[in-house]
Amino acid sequence: MARRAHRPRPKLAVWKFASCDGCQLSLLDCEDELLAIAEEVQVANFAEASSARMKGPYDLSLVEGSITTAHDAQRIQEVRRASRYLVTIGACATAGGIQALRNFGNTKEFASIVYATPEYISTLERSTPIATHVRVDFELRGCPINKAQLLEVVSALIDGRLPAISAHPVCVECKLRGTVCVMVARGVPCLGPITHAGCGAICPAYARGCYGCYGPSDAPNAASLMAEWTRGGATRGEIVRVLRTFNAAAEPFAAAAKTYEDDQG
Amino acid sequence: MKTIKVDYIARVEGEGALRIRFKGGAVRDVELRIFEPPRFFEAFLRGRSYLEAPDLTARICGICPVAYQMSACAAMEDAIGVEVEGGLRALRTLLYCGEWIESHALHMFLLHAPDFLHYPDATTMARDHREMVARGLRIKKAGNALVRAVGGREVHPINVRVGGFYRAPGRGELDALIPELTAARDDALIAADWMATFEFPEFSRDYELVAIRGEREYPFMGRRIVSNKGLDLDVREYDAAFAEAQVPHSNALHSMVKGRGSYLCGPMSRFSLNFDLLSDGAREAARRARIPVPCLNPYKSILVRAVEVIHALEEAIRIIRQYEPPAESCVETRARAGIGYGCTEAPRGLLYHRYSLDGDGLIRDAKIVPPTSQNQKTIEEDLFALAPRMVAAAHREATAMAEHAIRNYDPCISCATHFLDLTMEQD
Repeated sequence: MARRAHRPRPKLAVWKFASCDGCQLSLLDCEDELLAIAEEVQVANFAEASSARMKGPYDLSLVEGSITTAHDAQRIQEVRRASRYLVTIGACATAGGIQALRNFGNTKEFASIVYATPEYISTLERSTPIATHVRVDFELRGCPINKAQLLEVVSALIDGRLPAISAHPVCVECKLRGTVCVMVARGVPCLGPITHAGCGAICPAYARGCYGCYGPSDAPNAASLMAEWTRGGATRGEIVRVLRTFNAAAEPFAAAAKTYEDDQG
Repeated sequence: MKTIKVDYIARVEGEGALRIRFKGGAVRDVELRIFEPPRFFEAFLRGRSYLEAPDLTARICGICPVAYQMSACAAMEDAIGVEVEGGLRALRTLLYCGEWIESHALHMFLLHAPDFLHYPDATTMARDHREMVARGLRIKKAGNALVRAVGGREVHPINVRVGGFYRAPGRGELDALIPELTAARDDALIAADWMATFEFPEFSRDYELVAIRGEREYPFMGRRIVSNKGLDLDVREYDAAFAEAQVPHSNALHSMVKGRGSYLCGPMSRFSLNFDLLSDGAREAARRARIPVPCLNPYKSILVRAVEVIHALEEAIRIIRQYEPPAESCVETRARAGIGYGCTEAPRGLLYHRYSLDGDGLIRDAKIVPPTSQNQKTIEEDLFALAPRMVAAAHREATAMAEHAIRNYDPCISCATHFLDLTMEQD
């Protein structure tokens, strides 16, 4: 990243909503690039990394986490108003995250399971992605995001171009990596055919089926894949559970899971 | 009435707030508020398969996912009556070494060291101490390389399963890490000596230090929980010895030793209760840094973390040198009804999981106690003890003191269930 002398350093802000902090940690995990990034952009708000905070507007806001409280529903509006580009990072921000499992249950009951005095707890009935609340300029998928993709998104938006991020399924990454298909060759159930690429197809390279942490790919055929899982011996309960993890509220996964849940009778 | 208010505590994982109230110059109460939105893990785990617990609970914390995976596996294996020993256990320790190295390096260099040298963050600190920050980043990178090699990726590794791993790495994959780990150990030795020159506030309290007591090795995993005040129990007795209470001001539950009160887990406790089990290089670094055993000054936790990083690097190198890929990547597991208890040492301290399973291996009930909720009461008590120094100071300085005292614990508020908001009120 060559430093441009003719314009001020763009202001980068990182915001956290309901999440595990793992996606923003990916920025700090860029050990080789971190000091160079800090020279190229002004880190104007990044609570996990710095006590110094600058007022907006911000050129680029990275948003981690989902909306689960009334206060956060208001705060995301303020972040949007203060940001030129707003990019959501990770499954919580793009799909509601694992905490969206409450969307399929009863949140009051959930609170009473965890807390002796649930009245102290203030929370919304549903966990929703950022795009449900404000306009989002780009969504980066994954639980967690891939740090090379994060660097691509940050450099692209600072340079004013579209990020080069593909929406094909994980299967393409297995082929690129030269991994033999775990489902075809060994009968290991895999969500790769309907899951968004970006991780680099790690699981099949470790002899494990993809478990869908990057959420649905473009135009996924979940019905066909799940019919194959059923032929391989997967139970309805197993299929509902595998579709309901970190991207449970993403529409194609949610719809497919519902089909199997309804059939369970 | 005097009110001092800090809106946000930076450089901690998650979001929280702090309020200190004074009456007539005396401190009335201290509230460390955690407003990280609740995510209800223990509720939605009900009905999930025992095999899913490691991947699901990893999502409680992106900083220490390996700890969640290890404690979940320990508890599930206890429930179904399986033991993971030998080469597979060594591989688990190796993965855990990687997490301690990267998590401790993150905290020491990027979050905590700037407090001692009065910088807002590590990148600003790097203007004056670039070489040291670069060392810290190299150490962190080596830890991440280890997690990636064994676990598949740095955040939320994919290779851990109940019973062991999906695939055991080959010798070549691990041998390739030796030069980076060795260089990181040399960086850590230099960094430990540098950090020993920091100015440490005079402060100590009579803490009850709680940690796993290692059988033969400095504890990453284990079943025996001990304290410097006479606790000595098996993990199955955890619920009889410790209690969690909900307080109105926080979304995190407070832990206490029943009949006694607050306690402290994490690096200072492990170090103080297992000093004899540290690697030679780590013990020598501790002596050079003049860390007392037991260590009761929380500001010196940064030195203890440095010692643990040296230990984890030396342990990782030892494990890799002796590594023979196990014949099977995991032991066979079969669902059965039962209750399982597991605890391991997350970078921030003891992480307890308990699950009750039905005959199909589906979770009927889950209990998870992360280290930060165990330490929360102790952090409040430290702040209570420091409050007279804070009230005498200007607001800006008082805020820095409070934040520094909190960061001594590397609190992972995401785990506990957010960032600090300091309000000081004088009636």
